[in-house]
Amino acid sequence: MPASSARAPRRRSLRWIETRAALLFISPWIVGFVIFTAWPVINSAYLSLTDYDVINDPSFVGLDNYVALFEDPKVGLALRNTFVYTVMSVPTQLVVSLALALLLNSATRATGFFRTAFFLPKMTPPVAIGMLLLMLFNGQSGLVNGFLGIFGIDGPAWTTDPAWVKPGLVLMSLWTVGASVVIILAALRGVPQELYDAALVDGAGWWRRTLRITVPMISPTLFFLFIVDSINALQSFTEAYTAFFGAGNTTYSNDAALFYVIYLFRQAFEFLHMGYASALAWVLFLVIMAVTAVQILVTRRFVHYEGRNS
Amino acid sequence: MRSAIVHWAVLPVSLALVLTSCARGTGGAAGPTPSAGQFNPGATYGGAITVMGFGGEDEIGSTRLDLARKSLGGAQVNVVKGDLDLQQFLSSVAAGDPPDLIYANRDQIGTFASRGAIIPLTACVKGERIDTSMYDKNALAQVTFGDEIWAIPEFNQVQITMANADLLKAAGLTIDDVNGSDWGRITAAAKALHKAPGGKLQVIGFDSKLPEFLPLWAKANGADLLSADGRTAQLNSPKVVQALEFAVGVYTAQGGFAKVKALRDAADFFGKGNQFARNDLGAMPMEQWYVNVLNDVSPEAPLAFDTFRTPQGQPLAYASGSSWAIPRGAANPGAACRFAKTMTLVESWTAAARARLDKRQAEGKPFTGVLTGNVKADAEIERLLTSGGEPWDAGVKAFYEANRHTFSLPANPADAEFETAWQDAVNRVLNGQEEPKAALDRAQRDAQAALDKAWAGWTRRTN
Repeated sequence: MPASSARAPRRRSLRWIETRAALLFISPWIVGFVIFTAWPVINSAYLSLTDYDVINDPSFVGLDNYVALFEDPKVGLALRNTFVYTVMSVPTQLVVSLALALLLNSATRATGFFRTAFFLPKMTPPVAIGMLLLMLFNGQSGLVNGFLGIFGIDGPAWTTDPAWVKPGLVLMSLWTVGASVVIILAALRGVPQELYDAALVDGAGWWRRTLRITVPMISPTLFFLFIVDSINALQSFTEAYTAFFGAGNTTYSNDAALFYVIYLFRQAFEFLHMGYASALAWVLFLVIMAVTAVQILVTRRFVHYEGRNS
Repeated sequence: MRSAIVHWAVLPVSLALVLTSCARGTGGAAGPTPSAGQFNPGATYGGAITVMGFGGEDEIGSTRLDLARKSLGGAQVNVVKGDLDLQQFLSSVAAGDPPDLIYANRDQIGTFASRGAIIPLTACVKGERIDTSMYDKNALAQVTFGDEIWAIPEFNQVQITMANADLLKAAGLTIDDVNGSDWGRITAAAKALHKAPGGKLQVIGFDSKLPEFLPLWAKANGADLLSADGRTAQLNSPKVVQALEFAVGVYTAQGGFAKVKALRDAADFFGKGNQFARNDLGAMPMEQWYVNVLNDVSPEAPLAFDTFRTPQGQPLAYASGSSWAIPRGAANPGAACRFAKTMTLVESWTAAARARLDKRQAEGKPFTGVLTGNVKADAEIERLLTSGGEPWDAGVKAFYEANRHTFSLPANPADAEFETAWQDAVNRVLNGQEEPKAALDRAQRDAQAALDKAWAGWTRRTN
């Protein structure tokens, strides 16, 4: 028997042993994934075709939940609110994160301290952020209107005026840009210094260097944050729920803060319409898929991948 | 190689799917309803019972808890503390592993009953010989659904009028101007009492406490939000619209709801810096427990109290409270029934009241009473009250008086949706998005649709 043909089965057997070992090591994750993610997702697709109140057996209703969903004016309102919030918050968060990261990147001393200081608010529980919103944006005694008052500006009723509720939530969302700042900062540190040196020799100023070198070089990171922030914004829940629908707010609520996931949550866990809520969840999933696909198609041409372009 | 991975991945995946498919609850498989024979006042119980949703850490709770524990004759009582977690409770019923007893708001009982999450207590009441005449009739009505009692009621929350006596006096007003007996005088008082130099509201003249007190204003105007049988919403009746227009108008007279809410939110409601102590609020209707809070944190605050009154001058209060219910599939319904009975007996309430009286006396504070949802216990406890001087005695007198003039919304199978419908309507008006009539018209459609669907479900399940 030739030596090469004897080696082949041994290699296959080694591979097989390795495969088994690998599967054994990742099996806890596979089991966890199937039980806590895959199965609930599959089950919710089934439940979306049923009338289900948690206690009694689901009864099959076909596409009734989806038909009802398109006839429910609150679904339209919730979708509109969510899209408006996303369009307002994602660019704002990106611009502020980039600005803070650039600022941090130019710091020469105590950068570790500032990195931590910027990241710390991210550790605040979202429920606390919701309560903080009510205090900071209080129309009468809030710090925000107090600050505006210094410049003679009579601040709006952020927490009750439907026109100002979403801007207030967007501003409050900036509280947690620390994670994005750290990610962008890491990307900034990876931009080759030679590019800046060459631009300096050519007489490029700070603004031109930022626009022509920094932003293109970190565009994959910005693109990643753009997608992730958009998905997060479309799934916004805790802060708005705590501030405008939660127990701390007793019976006051504001339609302007009725985000899609809040409506979904209320249908599922307050009104026990699990089937309807499952249909809402699947529609949101499809909406997020569509939005992400469009984002990828539209923004792909603006993203510079070094390896690919070279 | 790939086929090997797929092949081996099938094992854990299949295992997980098998396990999770077993996780489906018992669904609609209703357990047998206990018979009266299972409940016996002379029986003793062993083992353990689990109680979900009861805090009971103060002397009123702990004294009764001890008595209820003793009444079982040996069974251990495991209390899952904190408010009732709806998801946890319903999931446990669906999984066939519910607690033996739950402590729920009375307005949740209709929903639980209609979905089969709890069992009727007819057999429990009969077997344990519970005298239901001792319970407040409105409290009992809130837990009666489809002609059966589904829970044992306890506690009553009622509203009275609370006012800042100094502000009233300075404006030349009295408590009669703000107790609800004349709506025109309330609006005038709100204008007279509020202070907004430069457009910035500093003192709220009168807070009509919307959205939560719409049922109170509507009833004072002669309207019920829901028909007595719990089947028909009456949210857009002219009298409800008129009540909402008035209560919102009170805010408008003071610069709008946004300003009132902002000032209200900024207050230290439970602390020394409360609105009355800081002279930030003229008057409002409020639940009786706040008298005790004010007495504790700001005993020197210049307060005045009266019942909330109808335009005819009659005291009126919207009652709400808690209740004990036995989940479907409870392992030990007999012990659960005994426990609920003992928690709400006159002698248990009296013992709890005495414990509080002792504690208050040790602190040098007056005993201001407790509203139990049990009329006989209320009468007993009223005799134990100690004077705290004025204005506190007037406050206590007012809430006992209010307790004798209550109304409540009937049990219905869609309480959360019904409540959300009218509260959303009020909020749309307060936020300036809709006029009262249009908002209540929409609420009427939403609420009626929810009620129709829920009652249809109840009919399907019971026929």
